[in-house]
Amino acid sequence: MGNVLVFIETTTTGETKSSAAALLGAAAGLGTPVAVAAVPAEAAESLGRTLATAGAEHIYLVTVPEASSELGTAAVGALAQASEEYAAIAALLPHTNDSKNIAGRLAIVRGGAVTADVVALRMEEDEVIAEHSVFGGDYTTESTVEEGLMVVTVRQGAIEARAAAVTNPSVRLEELRIKTAPGAKIISIEPVTEESERPSLLAARTVVSGGKGIGSRESFSLVEDLADVLGAAVGASRAAVDANYVPQALQVGQTGVTVSPQLYVALGISGAIQHRAGMQTAKTIVAINNDADAPIFDIADFGVVGDVFKVVPELIEAVKAQES
Amino acid sequence: MKIAVLMKQVPDTWSDRKLDLTTGQIDRTTAEQVADEINERALESALRHKDQDASTEIVAVTMGPTGAQAALRRALSMGADSAILVNDPSLAGSDMVRTALALASALRDIGPDLVLAGNESTDGRGGLVPAMIAEVLQFPHLPAVDRVEISDSQVTGQLQVEGAVVSVQSEYPALVSVTEQSAEARIPNFKGIMKAKKKPLDVKTLADLGIDVGPGAATAKSVMVGATERPPRNAGTKITDDGTAAQQLAEFLSSRRLLQNHQ
Ligand SMILES: Cc1cc2nc3c(=O)[nH]c(=O)nc-3n(C[C@H](O)[C@H](O)[C@H](O)COP(=O)(O)OP(=O)(O)OC[C@H]3O[C@@H](n4cnc5c(N)ncnc54)[C@H](O)[C@@H]3O)c2cc1C
Repeated sequence: MGNVLVFIETTTTGETKSSAAALLGAAAGLGTPVAVAAVPAEAAESLGRTLATAGAEHIYLVTVPEASSELGTAAVGALAQASEEYAAIAALLPHTNDSKNIAGRLAIVRGGAVTADVVALRMEEDEVIAEHSVFGGDYTTESTVEEGLMVVTVRQGAIEARAAAVTNPSVRLEELRIKTAPGAKIISIEPVTEESERPSLLAARTVVSGGKGIGSRESFSLVEDLADVLGAAVGASRAAVDANYVPQALQVGQTGVTVSPQLYVALGISGAIQHRAGMQTAKTIVAINNDADAPIFDIADFGVVGDVFKVVPELIEAVKAQES
Repeated sequence: MKIAVLMKQVPDTWSDRKLDLTTGQIDRTTAEQVADEINERALESALRHKDQDASTEIVAVTMGPTGAQAALRRALSMGADSAILVNDPSLAGSDMVRTALALASALRDIGPDLVLAGNESTDGRGGLVPAMIAEVLQFPHLPAVDRVEISDSQVTGQLQVEGAVVSVQSEYPALVSVTEQSAEARIPNFKGIMKAKKKPLDVKTLADLGIDVGPGAATAKSVMVGATERPPRNAGTKITDDGTAAQQLAEFLSSRRLLQNHQ
């Protein structure tokens, strides 16, 4: 079995972010998972324990004096070193803003090639095959890398596999040796705290999204109230984001996140092609819109032509009644 | 200051975009081809700097088939000074690394202080090419920034990562990729469109750039091994609210076991 590197995103204090478990799970399905991170030395021990529990057979940590000096540089170096030392067949990274930067740079440093925004991975006749969902799920494509390190970025929330805990992983603490391009200087890292108790958009079984039809930031609470009775995450259209009803992180669609929940509820969303690109692979789609000709109805399993301000409060009550 | 802006011609997201199922490549014959919106935002950030400092020179750069000139003409009509199309038959179907190597060579010839790009195109959505180019050119990369501030001595930006917003900065040379939260692009006016016709648009082959990144050159390459089309989704029940719609919808959700206590 070949070695598969997994890049572990960490906080400034060296704790793992949410992507680690899924990436280790995907790696375990392909070969031997090797977790790689760049962290302050004092964080190494506890990080090692967390990674072993999440299924890392080998743990390769490059220690950095300060996690926050240059964006990505230590991580690129750590992965480049580990790919040599473990003769890795592939490196998996989360498809996030910071890790995409690392993945692209790594492919150049190691003369590898990339396969990006991957939703599934499997081994077939000694080859790693990556699956992509293209044009909003209209197509599924498969790709691999020939002759060289396969650098893979994995879509957040796409992988359900988890690796079994490892009791005795090998742990190495290394210095940064490989020289790469300079990274941008980090001036500050402002933590963004999630004040909501709702499930995350990427992992939620149900998503309730609001669009321009919700009309204002204040009335967006209507979307949140329905989300809460359904135990759902909250999403939005780009028009709702542009109008400042909600932050951009909640945007579903072509240039936002892609979700594939069991249930997607679209409230006051017209269903523009770019919005559908982010939600049309949901199992069940429900739409409420006062325009009978809105394109969202073309893909909705259940559509209500009506006013959200009337139908949604009634729906909240009806759902509560059904549930009790 | 010299700013190079990377452009890309893509199938219009408003149209029905198709893949060629035998090659897995984008079918460029079905949908209308347009300049990707995200690059226009990158160009807008460059133009705003030029509005402040008229000595700023802006070069729009793309790689693609001859038709990709349209994206460059658009950039010129918005206000870029000149444009370069990297066009070579051997680049057709290039993977991201080869695309980055070809664009990096063209950029090296231009010698920009700042390279601006979109964070990801709407067709590929890979979003890795800017980082690759930065690594090839040995430029610091400010990735996926929501806001970019360009001054004479440095460039700064903010990017969203899990659990935090990171502010980054670099002196020149540097490469910045912007998200759709960045400046909204201006619409070219008639004067701009007329002027664009006279602005230089050079086409460069790989021989012109003095490099070989064709199929034979790179050893590692990413290849497509399969493509399938998902059957289209059909409309289901549609009712007009007569006062009972909410009740019917709740029953529908319950029947599909989509309510919380049925999970
Ligand atoms: C390159 C590109 C990328 C894009 N990426 C995205 C993306 O990622 N995500 C995205 O969402 N969009 C994206 N868009 C934008 C997209 O084209 C649409 O503009 C956007 O999705 C519209 O959002 P909306 O449906 O909320 O607004 P609108 O289209 O304005 O629709 C509002 C709807 O609300 C309904 N309505 C109004 N009042 C009520 C009421 N009281 N009760 C019930 N219904 C009501 C109206 O009938 C209407 O259908 C992108 C566009 C481009 C060009």
